[in-house]
Amino acid sequence: MIADHLPALQVVIPLLAAPLCVLLRWPGPAWALATAASWATFGVAVLLLIAVLEQGVLSYHLGGWEPPWGIEYRIDLANAFVLLIVAAISAVVLPFARRSVAVEIPEDKAYLFYCMYLLCLTGLLGIAATGDAFNVFVFLEISSLSSYVLISLGKDRRALTAAFQYLIMGTIGATFYLIGVGLLYAMTGTLNMVDLAQRIPAVADTRTVQAAFAFLVIGIGVKAAAFPLHLWLPNAYCYAPSVVTAFLAATATKVSIYVALRILFTVFGPAFSFETLEIDIVTVPFALIAMLLASTVAIFQTNVKRLLAYSSVAQIGYMVLGISLGTVTGVTAGIVHLFNHAMIKGGLFLALGCVFLTLGSVQLRDMAGLARRMPWTMAAFVIGGLSLIGVPLTTGFISKWVLIQATLEKGLWYFAVLILASSLLAVVYVWRVVEAAYFRPVPESAAEVSEAPLALLVPTWLLILANVYFGVDTSLTLGVARRAAETLLGAAA
Amino acid sequence: MIEPGLYNYWIVVILMMAGFFIVMSHGNLVKKIVGLNIFQTSVFILYISLSKVSDATAPILDEAYSEYSNPLPHVLILTAIVVGVATSALGLALIVRIREAYGTVEEDEVIAQDPDL
Amino acid sequence: MRHHLVLRVVAKLLIPFILVFALYVQFHGDYGPGGGFQAGVIFAAGFILYGLIFGLDQVKKVAPPVLIEILIAAGLLLYAAVGVAGILLGSTYLDYDVLRQDPVAGQHLGILLIEFGVGTTVAAVMITIFYNFAGRGREDR
Repeated sequence: MIADHLPALQVVIPLLAAPLCVLLRWPGPAWALATAASWATFGVAVLLLIAVLEQGVLSYHLGGWEPPWGIEYRIDLANAFVLLIVAAISAVVLPFARRSVAVEIPEDKAYLFYCMYLLCLTGLLGIAATGDAFNVFVFLEISSLSSYVLISLGKDRRALTAAFQYLIMGTIGATFYLIGVGLLYAMTGTLNMVDLAQRIPAVADTRTVQAAFAFLVIGIGVKAAAFPLHLWLPNAYCYAPSVVTAFLAATATKVSIYVALRILFTVFGPAFSFETLEIDIVTVPFALIAMLLASTVAIFQTNVKRLLAYSSVAQIGYMVLGISLGTVTGVTAGIVHLFNHAMIKGGLFLALGCVFLTLGSVQLRDMAGLARRMPWTMAAFVIGGLSLIGVPLTTGFISKWVLIQATLEKGLWYFAVLILASSLLAVVYVWRVVEAAYFRPVPESAAEVSEAPLALLVPTWLLILANVYFGVDTSLTLGVARRAAETLLGAAA
Repeated sequence: MIEPGLYNYWIVVILMMAGFFIVMSHGNLVKKIVGLNIFQTSVFILYISLSKVSDATAPILDEAYSEYSNPLPHVLILTAIVVGVATSALGLALIVRIREAYGTVEEDEVIAQDPDL
Repeated sequence: MRHHLVLRVVAKLLIPFILVFALYVQFHGDYGPGGGFQAGVIFAAGFILYGLIFGLDQVKKVAPPVLIEILIAAGLLLYAAVGVAGILLGSTYLDYDVLRQDPVAGQHLGILLIEFGVGTTVAAVMITIFYNFAGRGREDR
């Protein structure tokens, strides 16, 4: 019986747990409940993926109202995969959160932190699960509003300004999305994505639909931090509490990229997006600039969290590039990089969380000689860094390999060269951290620090080892991503 | 009855641009929130205008009427209004804390105190 | 505000009507215009008016912040629980038809409970927002 309700349970479990956290009030029980809820959602996500692989598309009618009138949760391979990413990252990050939150968040606010975290998780899962364009907006705002709060909880006062900047940009992005949905509703009279896809071709030649397309893409581009709409991201990631950075960096932008995929391929269809409006003329150059420019900016950062934040902007460039190619291989590269980058950045930011917790800083100069004092943490950082660069036997390599294949398929060999150039820039910024941690002497004024506690190291290494595992065994990631890409492109064909 | 034509939509466009301009051009954080509210309000009007059916009444069942305006956009926009209220409250709360931390609500003065923002 | 006799008397007269009107909007909302969002805000307006006239400390005695915080969670919980009840009774999430034998009665009960949850949360959230903004900076004085 439960099996039929998986799509709803996916979103409802964290939604139910969030108010319960408020009622519990103590940090310990609230954490335990949040973790239990998050693991339960992870279980549901795994079951969902298995169910989708076996039975094909799952459709769940909320309130028993038939689509297109009611809200439909429509799970196909693409969103089952995204749900798995979000749920998995959350399941790993929450065990880490206990120690980290105890240090970074005032104790009397800790239960509210877990409530906000669960609401953010609810929102992100909801965006991925729903098949209703307006429902996406609602969940987008649930996740955004809670993430503004989470970011503002950072200890530095700059966290407040960062959260405010994100609030302004995020709200403008969400409102743009809302305008787009409104214009589509005006033309088609429906909000269900599948129904929209059937009705749009009849009115595709109108300026209203084309304007709607532009509003939707820009709106979601802000949320995904696609260059040049990424300005909120470095500050937000840099000043948020460690757990929040790890969670948001690994999930929030990924979910937005997924929405972009839905809009481009499911709602409007590749023919409209890539042949009528030729969106790739705009997105490909921006993606390439993001890859090169953001990587270059990352090299000059002295705050390692900020360095990784700029690297995220570059990595989002890879995803946008893959998607913009509009071929099955390209979209596969985009989707597989969603998964891989979530693990890479999740692992790296958790490692930085360990550093911040013991050292109280993530400035490059404070990390001098850190590898001798925190060997396990820095080893995790190195492996994560190698994966970020794209060294063989890591997940980063798989993503780049598929992406380069996709460019070569289209005969765009100079794109492949640019991807390699961007990887070389990644070598430089990862090396700067490694050089500081391994080859510089420990400053004499440095405080005594020792290795991070096991409770923090285990989640970190879990994600880092996942990087290695999925770098070798690609049957799950690449296989599912390819089939998801085929579904997305085939649905309209 | 006089047909309103596209009057509503012109208002939407004017409000939208005005709000957007305020958000971008003003350095005062409170004014930014005000601009954001105007921007969002324009979208509410857009949705409400969409739902108007000429010569139809409010969507409350009554035997005297057979044509009703489309209630769905009203419901959608009720949700969006709530989201807007939440955003404003959160934004203003952040401004209060920014003022406590920096002693100012002007963006350039905040950035002057923390140059790497 | 201690000296503003007119304000104090008028507020005392108005507040019961505001609260009753809120309840009317709340429980009439399933058939007529109204519902949880509107009712919640009107209900909170009564408390906020009381707080403005008689002071924050007085209104906090009537509605302690801890209680209000619990109500925020309780309202959301009621909403989610009604949804789950749909699943447990063998239909889908938020399906009210199965809440009672007769689907129409079920829909009636369902929307009433859902709107009550919404109203509770909205009223509590509004009061909390007022408490936090009005109370800010008072502790250090």
